[in-house]
Amino acid sequence: MAKPTFQVPELQEYLEIPSVTPGTMAHSKPFYSKPEFQKPLGFPEELVDNWQEKAIVKMGELLTKYKSVQVFLDACVKCGSCTDKCHYYIGTGDPKNMPVARQDLLRKVYRRYFTFAGKYFPSLVGATDLTKEVLDDWYSYFHQCSQCRRCSVFCPYGIDTAEISMFARELMDHIGVGQKYCNEIICKVHKIGNNLGLPGPALADTLEGLEEDVLDDTGVDVKFPLDQEGSEILLVTPSADFFAEPHVDGLVGYAKVFHEAGVSWTLSTEASEAANFGMFIGSYENMRKISQRVRKAAKDLKVKRIVFGECGHAWRVAYSFLNTLAGPWEFLDPNYPVPQHICEFTWNLIQEGKLKFDKSQNDDMVLTFHDSCNVARASRMGADPGGQFEIPRNVIKAVCNNYQDMDADTIKERTFCCGGGGGLLTDDLMELRVKGAKPRMEALNNVIKDKGVTHMAAICAICKSQFTKVLPYYGMDMSQIVSVHQLVSNAIVLTGQTDQ
Amino acid sequence: MSTLTIIYAVLFYIATIIFLSGLAFRINKYATTPAPLKIPTTPAPTNKIGVIWRMLKELVLFESLFKGNKWTWAFGLVFHISLFLVLLRHTRYMLPWIPEPIVLLQPFGIYAGITMIAGLLGLWGRRFLVDRVRYISSPSDHLILALLILIALSGLAMKFVVHTDVVGVKKFFSGLMTLNWKELPGDTLLVIHLTLVAILMLIFPYSKLLHAPGVFFSPTRNQIDNPREQHHIAEWAKRLEQGENQG
Repeated sequence: MAKPTFQVPELQEYLEIPSVTPGTMAHSKPFYSKPEFQKPLGFPEELVDNWQEKAIVKMGELLTKYKSVQVFLDACVKCGSCTDKCHYYIGTGDPKNMPVARQDLLRKVYRRYFTFAGKYFPSLVGATDLTKEVLDDWYSYFHQCSQCRRCSVFCPYGIDTAEISMFARELMDHIGVGQKYCNEIICKVHKIGNNLGLPGPALADTLEGLEEDVLDDTGVDVKFPLDQEGSEILLVTPSADFFAEPHVDGLVGYAKVFHEAGVSWTLSTEASEAANFGMFIGSYENMRKISQRVRKAAKDLKVKRIVFGECGHAWRVAYSFLNTLAGPWEFLDPNYPVPQHICEFTWNLIQEGKLKFDKSQNDDMVLTFHDSCNVARASRMGADPGGQFEIPRNVIKAVCNNYQDMDADTIKERTFCCGGGGGLLTDDLMELRVKGAKPRMEALNNVIKDKGVTHMAAICAICKSQFTKVLPYYGMDMSQIVSVHQLVSNAIVLTGQTDQ
Repeated sequence: MSTLTIIYAVLFYIATIIFLSGLAFRINKYATTPAPLKIPTTPAPTNKIGVIWRMLKELVLFESLFKGNKWTWAFGLVFHISLFLVLLRHTRYMLPWIPEPIVLLQPFGIYAGITMIAGLLGLWGRRFLVDRVRYISSPSDHLILALLILIALSGLAMKFVVHTDVVGVKKFFSGLMTLNWKELPGDTLLVIHLTLVAILMLIFPYSKLLHAPGVFFSPTRNQIDNPREQHHIAEWAKRLEQGENQG
């Protein structure tokens, strides 16, 4: 870990809300996109001429497409309920990181050009012209929102700043102001099939290696099939699962579960990515194009079911949007929800008694669970509301003897973002990521001290990568973050296994 | 017919027209703008009855605000319930006959006027005392609170300080509604009270007071959580499918 060039926040025993300190994060902004990452996504290559005019026209057009933003821009009464809820505000004290103030960056321009009060009495209602300063603020602060929706839980009108920041990013992309990290990655998915730009042969090679590892470990020939036509299940998983730690241990877990279930499954080179960064930049068109890859893979491989691996925003797109963007799924088996989450799949098998575990294999750990924001507040698992909280915990408890929850105000629907979601998981935003992780680190630190917790499990590729990077800044170890299916992998007893 | 009566008759016709048409325009906009994606804040209800229950808790109890901030919730709820009672009590100045519940409500309507001011002062206090709320407040946020407090104060003053001719007031408003104009009593307090109310009606469709209709249209609250079961697509998004072989 490089020596930080900024002050890492000190962890407290209780959540402290900082006082308003304007401008503390005004310098924070991600690298701008380059022409070659703009064009393939359908955006201008650089800031267009008369961009103000074009932005206002685009804003008017988008307002007729998104009820959410139209209602949210009008309905806010500035009650302040959201002001102390954002992890970036808590970690930085910059008032423009209060959800309402972040929305106001867009709202003040909306009011100026689209409302009677803003046109004729701008100073009364805080309306301003769209200037270069405002655009710079947009770029800076709409890239300090991880679209985690925590604010929307506490808003009396359900105003969701994620919708506003997606809208603003879409608007900026359309005048040629894109963010490098997201747009470069989307280019790779369109071109190669996954965020990491991992081509088919490399993927096949990786999977073969994993098969050998599992065979060595257990004596059981667990397969990691790729592009196997006629398989029952298509597994779509974040590409980080193919090599990053602790992600890959989770992938091994999925494979072992499929193996024990006796069900045929396959990965696809076409859809070798569950993540969908089209959501982060608010681009329906790009999100749809990425989703269509899943449809194509499912058709080509003639599968009957689709299962998604551990990934937060991917599960939001999969659960909430995939039917809209790539459905309906008339050619799949109607007896199963489309898609299913790997935790749903595993939990069903556990309930049916089809998996055998040796829980003591995880006795070297005391676990806690980090609810990933998009899973917690933008999706569901199972048949009942809240299944997204219970099912992963049930799976963990089925394979581990030691489990403790973090403080109730920091889990389930009130969970704190890891600090790296929403297209911010890039090294050019390291200060933001470290400071934004503060509330989660605090809650984790408290259960480490009070309840002897040693590890935190997560079901999101971004959370896992973010924590791996950020834990050391807070004096913890990067290996303390684990995949849920890594725990499953540790404990599962395979039929014919030799070493136990 | 006095000039005052003519001015206020015309003022209230205009205010009513702008209030109703402005609101209708906004509501129509909210109702017809598509929501292309399923975005309920979860956990969310999985059926319509569940959504109605969620919305009721939001409308009547301000459930989300309760989770967010207990002080704002308490002041806000006191203000809104009081306003509701005060408005109910005021129907007696409009209706040709007074229903029994409104008669029973009469004394509470007065207390509600007082608690309404208490709630508003609490909400206003937060705009000065809490640094975060101070930061997000614009002049209009203060002015709307001032307007509401002055309406309540002028109303209460007519009860406790200088009585006004309520029978005359009732005749004036009944006359407006039946297009058979009657004289407006010329008391200063009444004229102030009515002017402020007209201003409130005029700004309603052009201000944050739109939160009242807005709350019904918030997709994060009014959508059913059933995206896997129900295919959901907006008209404008369907155009993306055309001319494309979906396979």
